[in-house]
Amino acid sequence: MAKVMTSGGEALIRALADENVDIIFGYPGGAALHIYDAIYQQDRVQHILVRHEQAATHAADGFARATGKPGVCLVTSGPGATNAITGIATAYMDSIPLVVISGQVPNHLIGTDAFQETDMMGISRPIVKHSFLVQKPEEIPVIVKKAFHIATSGRPGPVVIDVPKNLTDPNEKFEYKFPSDLYLRSFALYDEAENSDVKKAVKLLTESERPVIYAGGGAINSNAAEEIYEFGKLMGCPVTNTLMGLGVYPASDEQFVGMLGMHGTYEANMVMHEADLIMAIGARFDDRITNNPNKFGLKAKKIHIDSDPSSIDKIIDVDIAMTGNAKKVISQINKELKAMNFDNKKFGSWMKKAMQWRAEHGLNHSMLDQKNPGDIILPQQVIQSAYKATDGKAFVTSDVGQHQMFAAQYYHFNEPRKWINSGGLGTMGFGLPAAMGVKFAFPDETVACITGEGSIQMCIQELSTCGQYGLPIKIINLNNRALGMVKQWQDMQYGGRYSSISYEDSLPDFIKLAESYGHVGMKVEKLSELEAAMEECFALKDKLVFLDVYVDPDEHVYPMLKAGGDMSEMFLSKTEKTFE
Amino acid sequence: MNHIALLMENQPGALSRVIGLFSQRGYNIDSLSVAPTQDETLSRLTMTIAEEGADINQILKQLYKLVDVVMVQNLSEADALTLELAIIKLNKTKADVDGLLKNYEFEREILDEKDNYTVFKVLGDTQEIENLLSELKKEEFLEVTRSGTLGMTKGNESLATNDQTKISYD
Ligand SMILES: Cc1ncc(C[n+]2csc(CCOP(=O)(O)OP(=O)(O)O)c2C)c(N)n1
Ligand SMILES: [Mg+2]
Repeated sequence: MAKVMTSGGEALIRALADENVDIIFGYPGGAALHIYDAIYQQDRVQHILVRHEQAATHAADGFARATGKPGVCLVTSGPGATNAITGIATAYMDSIPLVVISGQVPNHLIGTDAFQETDMMGISRPIVKHSFLVQKPEEIPVIVKKAFHIATSGRPGPVVIDVPKNLTDPNEKFEYKFPSDLYLRSFALYDEAENSDVKKAVKLLTESERPVIYAGGGAINSNAAEEIYEFGKLMGCPVTNTLMGLGVYPASDEQFVGMLGMHGTYEANMVMHEADLIMAIGARFDDRITNNPNKFGLKAKKIHIDSDPSSIDKIIDVDIAMTGNAKKVISQINKELKAMNFDNKKFGSWMKKAMQWRAEHGLNHSMLDQKNPGDIILPQQVIQSAYKATDGKAFVTSDVGQHQMFAAQYYHFNEPRKWINSGGLGTMGFGLPAAMGVKFAFPDETVACITGEGSIQMCIQELSTCGQYGLPIKIINLNNRALGMVKQWQDMQYGGRYSSISYEDSLPDFIKLAESYGHVGMKVEKLSELEAAMEECFALKDKLVFLDVYVDPDEHVYPMLKAGGDMSEMFLSKTEKTFE
Repeated sequence: MNHIALLMENQPGALSRVIGLFSQRGYNIDSLSVAPTQDETLSRLTMTIAEEGADINQILKQLYKLVDVVMVQNLSEADALTLELAIIKLNKTKADVDGLLKNYEFEREILDEKDNYTVFKVLGDTQEIENLLSELKKEEFLEVTRSGTLGMTKGNESLATNDQTKISYD
């Protein structure tokens, strides 16, 4: 084969193409200009120009969550790199595979406080799975290959490649060689579980009386939905998903008790509290789940499947730990259950108990509780209406706040990778750029961003990117004229002292704002007009629609776990709670 | 007191990733020594963490997760040898120094001396060195520098250097 000679910049883009990357999100600047010139001269990799580097990382992240493939972004040094930090941290907290390429000042200027110099290796260190500072242009293809391997394997995460400008010089060419193998020392990956552990787990599962399956984001990352569904059916017991795991078990299935945790359903939290066996799959007993860890699951034995050994016994000590790939470990378990013809009838009464809890205080409970709201729109109703208009099939991205929790509670996800939100870091501003990434990955699918008037303003500039690339995303803005989630906490814990949560008089006219970017804006203030507006919004297939819905500014998200309590201690509405 | 032994890639950035896991939690590293091994692509570290109640097991798992880290071991849970070197400079004559050291077991050597000062080295157990240093506090102390604890398990086992894992793409 003829030798291919490339510059460092060309090698970088060529290596991305050889890694099967066809789209990257970025923003140019001095230290990245050689790379941008290389992008211009090829057509295998498409570059999407965002309006802020944070959006580049979130868009790549949304792309990754929706497809399961790594997202890629490219930023310049200094401010470009620092703007990307929030997005990298967001991906890190949710274990999302990203490859972030940052330009760096030329080698001879590193450490001199050169123009637009930041120590990207240093500032990103605690929020990356790994990072590379390129030292020689010839090593770029190998570094790219390693970066993708590290980002996507085991527990996924973001990887940074920092590239000094001189190493991408178009005048310095070398032979391009894309590696076919990689060598990484001591890169432990866990696959199947030990057979003896599987047997022990199956024994606990089948001997239990009140088991619950608790699945999280790791189950989605390992594409274990099918296996978990089969497992659920073999067990015939209640199944709950974390905020990150929604969709990995179908919400419309009768065994599904909803999301658990801080704003989980009454029935999910009660099931967790009363269970005698908790089967955690790709979930990490986060503090938003367990509430007070000292009061968590005291009646239950615990089995934990995770790809990351450092997640095991971190918060909650478990009886059986299986480090491995959830998809494979669950199939091992399913096989055992099938081989023994396990009869799950004995969990029937436990399942009934869960349904009884749902009947008592299930989700619509807090809404029904409202004294005739008249024509006021409740935020929950907006989500129900969006669910109806999309037949429950849309990709839904979200921001952070009450609207996010309402979306998680009321949009019932039946498939994994459809619910895209920043669970770990809780990054306001994530929703719109993430929706762009999803829309690029699935141009023919419906993509909705359920947001709040606070969050949407954190990356609102991306309306321009959506205009440039013609991205008909549907933005459903639950406009409560306040930082609602903060206001809720101030209501519940600070005697209603509303410190810095309102801006009603200075809110932009979102309709005109959307229109000024060439999009469609619609405003709804009455419940009686909601459904028609929602239908129209989703019917406008080729247009980005900004649907600004004025919702009840006083609504709270319920249930809500009592701070420091156990999982059965919940506020159920403004007037009811399960504890004294 | 926990002594941790660790093998990692001998590369820029590797050490700061290791140290970051401690500083992030607000744990102080009491001593640290690092140098390449017989395989110069690998560095070996010994770290001492005195922090009471530090969740060492969690840190060991996190350390092992780092791509640059090849192997980690808690020497405090093994039958291990630990050793430290200190170089001490005192406002004392050689004869005075000999007197001060007579109750101690460790290896020593005078490295430099004049009428008004003596530089000497001692090699021994960390605890013994600590004892000496606290006794010397009473004296006119000029300088001390310590290697930090070095450690290794007894017996014929070694902190294995996992072979390179080959990852193929075909
Ligand atoms: C970048 C960032 N800053 C601050 C917060 C803290 N925070 C969490 S929810 C919230 C309010 C969000 O307001 P809005 O987007 O209007 O949503 P609402 O709760 O009103 O539905 C704030 C400020 C955050 N999560 N992210
Ligand atoms: Mg709001």
